[in-house]
Amino acid sequence: MKLVLRDITKRFGSLVANDRISLEVLPGEVHCLLGENGAGKSTLMNVLYGLYRADEGEIVLDDVVQHFSGPGDAMAAGIGMVHQHFMLIPVFTVTENVMLGNEATGFAGTLDLDAARERVREISSRFGFHVDPDAIVEDLPVGVQQRVEIIKALSRDAEVLVFDEPTAVLTPQETDELMDIMRQLKEAGKAIVFITHKLREVRAVADRITVIRRGAVVGEAEPTATNAELAALMVGRPVELTVHKDAPQLGDDALVVRDLRVVDALGQVHLDGISFTIKAGEVLAVAGVQGNGQTQLTEALLGLQDHVEGSITLDGKELVGRSVRKVLDAGVGFIPEDRQTDGLVGSFSIAENLMLNRSFRSPFVRRGALRRDALETFAEQKLQDYDVRAPDIHTHAGKLSGGNQQKVVVARELSRDLRLLVAAQPTRGVDVGSIEFIHKQVIATRDSGIPVLVVSTELDEVVALADRIMVLYRGQVVGIVPGDTPRETLGLMMTGERPKDVVA
Amino acid sequence: MSGTEVKPRATPPEGPSRSQSVLREIASGNALAGVLAVFLAVVVGSLMIAITDEEVRASASYVFARPGDFFQASWDAIWGAYTALFRGAVYNDRVDDFATQIRPLTETLKFAGPLIAAGLGVGLAFRASLFNIGGRGQMLLAGAAAGWVSFTFDLPMVVHLPLAIFAGMLAGALWAGLAGLLKARTGAHEVIVTIMLNYVGYYLVFFALSRQGLLQAPGSANPKSAPAHDSAILPKILGDRFNLHLGFVLALVAVALVWWLLNRSTLGYRIRAVGENPDAARAAGINVGRTYTVVMLIAGALVGLAGANQVLGTVTSGVTTDLDAGIGFDAITVALLGRSKPLGILGAGLLFGAFKAGGFAMQASEGIPVDIVLVVQSLIVLFIAAPPLVRAIFRLPAKEAK
Repeated sequence: MKLVLRDITKRFGSLVANDRISLEVLPGEVHCLLGENGAGKSTLMNVLYGLYRADEGEIVLDDVVQHFSGPGDAMAAGIGMVHQHFMLIPVFTVTENVMLGNEATGFAGTLDLDAARERVREISSRFGFHVDPDAIVEDLPVGVQQRVEIIKALSRDAEVLVFDEPTAVLTPQETDELMDIMRQLKEAGKAIVFITHKLREVRAVADRITVIRRGAVVGEAEPTATNAELAALMVGRPVELTVHKDAPQLGDDALVVRDLRVVDALGQVHLDGISFTIKAGEVLAVAGVQGNGQTQLTEALLGLQDHVEGSITLDGKELVGRSVRKVLDAGVGFIPEDRQTDGLVGSFSIAENLMLNRSFRSPFVRRGALRRDALETFAEQKLQDYDVRAPDIHTHAGKLSGGNQQKVVVARELSRDLRLLVAAQPTRGVDVGSIEFIHKQVIATRDSGIPVLVVSTELDEVVALADRIMVLYRGQVVGIVPGDTPRETLGLMMTGERPKDVVA
Repeated sequence: MSGTEVKPRATPPEGPSRSQSVLREIASGNALAGVLAVFLAVVVGSLMIAITDEEVRASASYVFARPGDFFQASWDAIWGAYTALFRGAVYNDRVDDFATQIRPLTETLKFAGPLIAAGLGVGLAFRASLFNIGGRGQMLLAGAAAGWVSFTFDLPMVVHLPLAIFAGMLAGALWAGLAGLLKARTGAHEVIVTIMLNYVGYYLVFFALSRQGLLQAPGSANPKSAPAHDSAILPKILGDRFNLHLGFVLALVAVALVWWLLNRSTLGYRIRAVGENPDAARAAGINVGRTYTVVMLIAGALVGLAGANQVLGTVTSGVTTDLDAGIGFDAITVALLGRSKPLGILGAGLLFGAFKAGGFAMQASEGIPVDIVLVVQSLIVLFIAAPPLVRAIFRLPAKEAK
């Protein structure tokens, strides 16, 4: 089935999210939609999927103009969507999830599970998915859950498949498997739209590439284009993709973690006796698939976790058992993994956010009152230093783009007197231009002699920043390896396997 | 490995709970929404006035024969009602003497005082995302404490009056602080705790008022205390011809202090941070639980000021369990209508004071049941609490999705 989007325009108030975007996807082709977060990719796909109605333009399937008033219409027309966040019910079986919304029913509304199970089995074997129809979805690894989503789309005879940032939650190995699946689907004659901002994946699988920026198509590219060319198209200017850094000037052991064990309120063990050391002037990057204890590690360092055993010492001072405020006062800077939840107050101005963890003492406080002049001068300065693109310092942080929000967080943390920087997913959901900036800041922090702990699920980021890499799997350290360890080895370690030549 | 099973999360964690975000939207809706809610409530109130009016109903029976009569009667009823409300609440043009003409305004201010103070207490808690439904219990405890000081001691006024007010504020603070502490320490929901503390407070005060040796007036069998001593009574600020007492001035001072607290102090900054995003506040080293407790202490003190205001100013003949006069709950409406902002609460408190003062005049001169005023007040809450409804009626644009 051939999909044509013609001059799609979608406005939200004064914001033009999609500006006359045209796109053509042929059967048996993978068409990559490349663009930064906020470029309008997801809006376009939501228009295609019937979730939004386009203000102008039309959707044409096999020369027939379509009018979708909801996802049901889109599905019926043969469009299937694999969402970034899976739309699955965790406690249902694979079969139940696949039939959800499209239940085959027998006499008096009884579910025809057998037919559905057979359908799952048939699709699964046709594409070599290896999915058990009776497995409970929450017991399956993320990569397999994603295949369930694909089966769900295929079971409704989707001819156009949309993958919306599908690799965000996958290990490198799972990503490779997904690439294979996409090639298979292509061979089976499906038209595939692949949305991503990861250049490596684009070049691995795309037949055609359309780059969008600020809601408009800025160009098409061949899969043979270099990363630098693609990145420049995406951002609109040349971008440095690699971080220039000199060899680290190592100092003494600064952060020493011994036998750290974190248990949550339900008794689930998230970190099971991990130990590591970071020297002054060193970046230790923590790699691993999301959900293997990284969140708990950073929270334990900050004092945000309640049940922590073991010891965390910074410059010889014990941090376990201290309140968050005392930990911050000890000089720990924290860039949280979810800035909107833990890093910023969306309804506060940029200036107010810049003093969020300094509301107890000078320079912004005098005898219980806010020193607004000092704060405003400081905020104006930081806005400039950190290149935060905002109308002024009174703009609500929630109204900024992801990259600019993150710059506000980085500005706040780096302008304190730090003895350790903990950066969790410092560039998640951040545009390429800001990634470049934030990475430079992290390296500059390291070079000023401060130990840095970076947590990232993006292997690119880990490799770019790390002096040493620690891989976490199910709450345990698989190994701590040098920063130049090959990706394949790291990928393997992320699945819990310890290669022979690696010592923990 | 079964014990260390750590599952990857397929979906991001939910943001603040839905009930909290709805509450936040209601409590911080824009000024326009408040004005429109009042307008809608007045319109619906007008319909009710017309429907309940005898002449309107009589003329409705021959509406097709002489529709003019019907509309004239409706108009008369509605116009009469609202002008009576105005005469009772602001300015009475039917008397000659200037003092009597503006007497209604002073009555409005008198009623507004405790509404503003208690509204501040509820509104401040809103700013920390806490729903303080316990105004009634806090007022009763505060009134009892202020009353006890007022009739027990014989002191010079400069000592006695401040002491009585302080006692009231302290009692209110402790009663509300209890709910804050329970929330901070155990996670008990403040809505349930404050509602239940209303009952506990009511029966506690009732019990004390029924016992000789506790609060009951000596030699009396009624659940009522002795009257306040003169040295503890809030002085009338416009002379004895008007009932307006110092309580209104204290409420204005409270407005200024709460404004400063919220907008200029570090404590207020932390309160707002905790209210808007407790996760970020916690990660920034702010002790969320302690902030909840402190907010409830201050909120209770403000509601306590309203309680002291009643006992030491409005009804000085002795403490009864009726002393809160519905203010504890009206304060919620006032805070909502005032969008939890001190100046908004001042305005909303004045409006509700006017409703109280004018409602009686409306009943007396036009025979319209005072309940209509209560209906209008309730409708205001209803329209504020249903922003999508108001948006739909006036075809306002929905809030942008992010």
